[in-house]
Formats: sequence, C-alpha cells, structure tokens
Amino acid sequence: MRRRSVLAGLAAFGVTGCSKISETDTFKGLVKTAEGMHHRAHRALGGQRLAREYSVADISPTFRGNGSVDIPTPEYRAHEAAGFTDWRVQVGGLVERPLNLSLPDIRALPQRTQITRHDCVEGWSAIGQWTGPQLGPILERAGLRPEARYILFRCADLLYGAPYYESCGLDDAFHPQTILAHQLNGEPLPVKNGAPLRLRIERQLGYKHAKYLTGIEAVASLNSIAGGEGGFWEDRGYQWYAGI
Amino acid sequence: MKRHALSTRLWHWVNALSVIVLFMSGLTISNAHPYLYWGQWGFQPSEAWLHVTRFPWWATIPSQYSLAIARDWHVLFAWVFAISLLLFMLVALVNGHFRRDLVTRRREWKWRLFAQEIRQYLRFNFAHTGGKYGAMQKLSYAVVIFILLPLMIFSGMAISPGIGASWHWLLDMFGGRQSARSIHFLCAFALCAFTLIHILLVLLTGPFGQMRAMIFGGRVDETA
Repeated sequence: MRRRSVLAGLAAFGVTGCSKISETDTFKGLVKTAEGMHHRAHRALGGQRLAREYSVADISPTFRGNGSVDIPTPEYRAHEAAGFTDWRVQVGGLVERPLNLSLPDIRALPQRTQITRHDCVEGWSAIGQWTGPQLGPILERAGLRPEARYILFRCADLLYGAPYYESCGLDDAFHPQTILAHQLNGEPLPVKNGAPLRLRIERQLGYKHAKYLTGIEAVASLNSIAGGEGGFWEDRGYQWYAGI
Repeated sequence: MKRHALSTRLWHWVNALSVIVLFMSGLTISNAHPYLYWGQWGFQPSEAWLHVTRFPWWATIPSQYSLAIARDWHVLFAWVFAISLLLFMLVALVNGHFRRDLVTRRREWKWRLFAQEIRQYLRFNFAHTGGKYGAMQKLSYAVVIFILLPLMIFSGMAISPGIGASWHWLLDMFGGRQSARSIHFLCAFALCAFTLIHILLVLLTGPFGQMRAMIFGGRVDETA
C-alpha cells in the first residue's frame, strides 16, 4: 500500500501543485523539524569549531552591500558626518547589568580580526576582513540571567518600511567568531555594509548578520517580538537557523 | 525470486520523489542568483563562468517565485534523499544487489562490447544475456548511485556555512564554496539527463511491464 501511496503522492504533485502543500500545518511542522535537525546535526559535527578563516590574498576586491545599504534620515547623516562617535548600543533585556556602549567604548574592548566568507541566502559569497570585539565577553560583562535563551539584535535601518532585527541562540552568541564588527578590510565599516557596527555570525547566512546595530537584548522567547519568528526575514518565511 | 527486491523498489520511488522535489526547488534557488562561479567567492555577474537561464514557473517549486518556500522544500527533502540513499546502499551491500547486479567484471570492460551494446540499443534491441543488466547499464547505474548521488549530497553540504565551519576539508575538496555550488548545479543536470534517458528506455522496453515490476517486484525470468 505504501508503494501505491508514493505513486499517488507523485501524481498529486502534478495535480495540486506544491504551493497548496506549502501552506499546510503538516508541511510547516516538517520544515521546523528539519530545521531543528540541521541545527543539532551541525553542532554535533562541529561543536564550537571556527569557520574557515582566509588569507589577505583571498579577500574579494569589493564587498557587496545587500538588503539595506543606507539609512536616509537626517539623524543618520548627522552620525555619519560626526564619524559615529555618538553612536550607542544598548545591551539589555534579561541581564543583571545593562550596558550603554558608545562606539569608542566598543573600539576600546579587546579586538578580534578575522578574514571570513559571507554567504548570502541567494547563493553568492564575498570574503572580507572584519575587526571588532567578541560578543561573548560583552554578554558576560552584562551578566545573562538564567532564563535568557536568545540574543536579539536591534537595528537602525528600515527594510520595506519595517525595522530590521535578528536573533540567535546562545551557541552562536558565545561562538569565538561572533563579533561586533566596526571595521571592514582595515577601514571603518562602509555605510552600505552597516556602518558603524554590524554583527558577524560566521556559521550562518548573510541575513543573520544584522547591520546598523543599536541594541542587543537577552530574551527568553522570540514569540512576542515583531512577527514572532526571530528576525526580519524569518517573519517573511525564511528559516531562523540559517546554517544551510 | 522477484526481479526487484522490496528495498530497491521502495528506495526507487522515495528517491524519485525526492530527486524531483530537490531538482524543481533547486531551480527556484538558482533563479535567486543565476550565476555560477569557481573558487571561494563570487557575487558579480562579470565574474561568473555561467549565466544560468531563468527557469520558468512550471519547472519550479513553488510555481510562483519564493526563495524561502523553495529552501524549505529543498532542505526538508535533502534529509529524505540522503537517509534513503544510505539505507538503500546498506541493504544492497548486504543482500548482494550491488555485487550481483551492478558490479562490472574485468571481461565486460571492452570497447568492443560497449560499442556492440550501444549498437543493439540503437536497433531497439534491449535483450541481453548473462545477468540482469548489460555492461553499459550497470556502469550508468553505478556512476549514478556511487558518484552522482553522493556528489549531490557532499557538494550540497559544502555550500552550507554551518557544515563548512565544521568540515573545512569538505570545502577544500571542492576547491571552495562557489566551486561546490557549481558542481552541485552540474551534477543536478547530469542527473536530470540520466533520468530522461532512463524514462526513455523504460518507454521503449514495455513501460507497463517495467512499471509493474518496479512496483510489485516482477519475476526474474521476465525480459529486462
């Protein structure tokens, strides 16, 4: 019977099309299960191993900007004119000691420089050298409360009129290559790449690397934030675990 | 004895379904950035070695352009595809299917015999003696099962930044992520070509009998 149902399934594809199936709860449930399986399988294979780091010779001649490539507001223009010295990042949510970091504070922290590959969900890749402090020690300084399970990233840019945001689990938040980058290829971060500060989350696709960072929040759940899926693109159907 | 073991038949249909879903959702993913590169990086059409055609709605899953939904189908069926192939390989190793039906002997590796077999095929004579499959047939099944299908899986894994972080050797094996992406694409179309020839040959050799055998098992003494 199973054989015949496989054939019936094949036939059903031709008739009903996959679009209808995509909208069913069963399909969405299966997709969520597969997403969790990918996440667990990747961590089981690699633990906290580092993503490939490249040499200076491998750096691509330009680094493509994608998604928001500017913030056309007078406030942002003023920050840009002032060299972003007054740009601030709030670290809050489920933490013991909320922090309010200026860009000079962030530059004064111990820095990590890494030459890594950026993979867009569309399929292209670019290689760049990023510099900034690791996120892990900043979170340790703020002191995560035990109920914190996700780290949320707030951004200054609007994409299609909605605020961009992202989130990750504690595995990626405390990964040694997860940094708040303020330099690309030894220069201050260009506007198209998220000036003055963006996240680098090297084991996941480009849309996780939130740009124009203004806030970092520890949360217990993502359900009540914006569309509830944990990110701008996630709210529009993309997978939250973007390691694939 | 049945012509096709139950495990072979189950895998054949599960694999057919997953390959079709993977191929069609893959065409949507290709439409998202229809340029292929060699090496680690590449993002500008001017750097591409191939500008891929935009695939029409009737060839893609879903039929309207949605990269998010296409990726859902693609990475869900990747599990079905990989696990069913692994199980089929284990069973076929144990039950002797590989050794009995797919392994070519040294005496079969003769250009004269290959040429003879092709000539017979071109005359629509598909009967062969001394084994279930002809040498060409064995060879093409073996190339698909042992080379193309595993290459699809491993090149797909090399494209994943999560896997690439754990397995640097996999990235190196393909010569970089964009190379792996190009190989993934090329293997998909090689598989598509195999499937079309496979279906053509089924149509030429009594499609009803062939389908019945691949569904219910058939008998060994039936002509192949």
